[in-house]
Amino acid sequence: MPAFINPTVVAHLALIFMVMNALVLSSAFMVWMERKVCAYIQDRVGPNRVGPEGLLQPFADVLKLLAKEELIPQSADKFLFVLAPILSCVAALTAFSVVPFGTELTLWGWLPEPVPLQVTDVNVAVLVVFAITSMGVYGIVLAGWSSNSKYSLLGGLRSAAQMISYELSYGLALASVVMLAGTLSLREIVMAQTGYWFYVIPKWYIFLQPLGFFIFLTAGVAETNRAPFDFPEAEQELVAGYHTEYSSMSFGLFFLAEYVNMVTVSAVCTSLFLGGWLGPFLPDWMAWIWFMVKTLAILFFYVWMRWTLPRYRYDQLMEFGWKWLLPAAILNLIATAALIIWLG
Amino acid sequence: MDANAIWFFVFGTMAILASLGVIGQRNPMHSVMLLIVSFAALAGLYILLDAPFTAVTQIIIYAGAIMVLFLFVVMLLNAHTEDDMGAVLGPRGMQIGALLSVLLAGEVVWALKPLGLGYFNTDQGTVSSISSVPRIGMAIFTTHAFAFEVTSILILVSMVGAVVIARRQH
Amino acid sequence: MISLNHYLVLSGVLFSIGTAGVFLRRNLITIMLSIEIMLNAVNLTFVAVGRYLGTVDGQVITFFVMTVAAAEAAVGLALVIALFRHRETLSPDAFTLLKW
Repeated sequence: MPAFINPTVVAHLALIFMVMNALVLSSAFMVWMERKVCAYIQDRVGPNRVGPEGLLQPFADVLKLLAKEELIPQSADKFLFVLAPILSCVAALTAFSVVPFGTELTLWGWLPEPVPLQVTDVNVAVLVVFAITSMGVYGIVLAGWSSNSKYSLLGGLRSAAQMISYELSYGLALASVVMLAGTLSLREIVMAQTGYWFYVIPKWYIFLQPLGFFIFLTAGVAETNRAPFDFPEAEQELVAGYHTEYSSMSFGLFFLAEYVNMVTVSAVCTSLFLGGWLGPFLPDWMAWIWFMVKTLAILFFYVWMRWTLPRYRYDQLMEFGWKWLLPAAILNLIATAALIIWLG
Repeated sequence: MDANAIWFFVFGTMAILASLGVIGQRNPMHSVMLLIVSFAALAGLYILLDAPFTAVTQIIIYAGAIMVLFLFVVMLLNAHTEDDMGAVLGPRGMQIGALLSVLLAGEVVWALKPLGLGYFNTDQGTVSSISSVPRIGMAIFTTHAFAFEVTSILILVSMVGAVVIARRQH
Repeated sequence: MISLNHYLVLSGVLFSIGTAGVFLRRNLITIMLSIEIMLNAVNLTFVAVGRYLGTVDGQVITFFVMTVAAAEAAVGLALVIALFRHRETLSPDAFTLLKW
């Protein structure tokens, strides 16, 4: 290798490339998983023609989307109309950049210094995820507004209001975990969960914060506009909400953004509550497999919930967020603080 | 020209151009979006100043909450593009307004001249003590605890006030 | 090399741009946006001087300024909504007379 190619820089670039690809591929995988799980819940088989077990179905979907005509309504605000799906996608993909998915690797001495499996390590990582997720609201609001259509506007406004309301509970559940771990960096929060109680139960925060886990997951589902909180984009209610007027790849971008958001929320939940990449039996450099398994478990739970539970009506949804989830999150925070002070 | 200087000029130019766009744009929706770009540029400047917590808080509070509020109001009131400023103010008014702002900028630059260049202290101890979030938390909750409590009451009062003022009178 | 003066000059220029917006625009919402630009310029000054002096107090004050700005934006926009309901316009020139 020529002397001017710094292995650390190459490793970082490779990490960025891998993470971006993995996110987009996992979104495709989620499309397949959703349709298969939905099918089996509904006692049918689902896609099984394109590729083995229908695994190439998402790629067929993407090809179909690419071949469609890109329509921009005449009275739409062109610049914002085109900007909205881009904004959604950028926010969704960037939020994953601070999530750690493995320990530090030296690749058996090839790298001069250990490179953590993470795109970047910031000491305020939890807040960065929160900040970029709240920027994702703009994609939806701008989509609703710039389409200049009543279904889109209503869907966009409702969706944005829902996301902002559930951000509060999301942040308070985050704050409880940060109090337990004493740090805002996701990597250190995961490292604070090493070890076992009684040699059997791992020291994950889900056991210390069951209510926090439930609040975080519920708020996460509401943040990503998934069932049972998907009233603003439900097909039966508002045509298709904020992405009614979008076609072809812009619609595809919204879809991609939604699934990547789901993956990010699951990944952050894994790091905060389920111990990230920690797990028995696997050597350090394969620990990212545990991370994937845990994230997949939460994603499966997401899909399972969508096809099992009925949808909340919009006012029921907002009432739940403000009157039940937020007080529960505040009580959780106070109880965690009290227990920390009491038990040292 | 080290990396810090390049990033400073990039973010500074972005902030100034976006702010000029905010006051120059006729469509209020576009003004709001340009202001969000300006906030992002300022967040970048905060990161250059070793204040990552302030940068992230800026994005969460300003770009993520206050601007959404502005967007909602713009959409609710359906604020269309306004008339040409010159027609309302008259060319005299525009010139005087612009002149006063340029005078203000010049005055600020002139007032800073006798200060001499103040370079930042770049040793690791200062940097880590400024960017450490526990230190900010300790300062807010012990030294400035009174201000914190008053601010929380202020937010409560403004929340109630906003609901009361904007309510439909029956 | 970037010194404190660079940041202070940038902040001063941003503040003047905000002032220009308040003077020249005839739309209540854009006037409020210009006020937000001014508040941001002040925040930048606080953080820069805090970094120069090596204390964390600059960021603490910034934190409070942001919160107060949020409160002020909320009440201000509520007033704008109430005013709009009265006169169906967002131009401040429509509100120059007290009710007689």
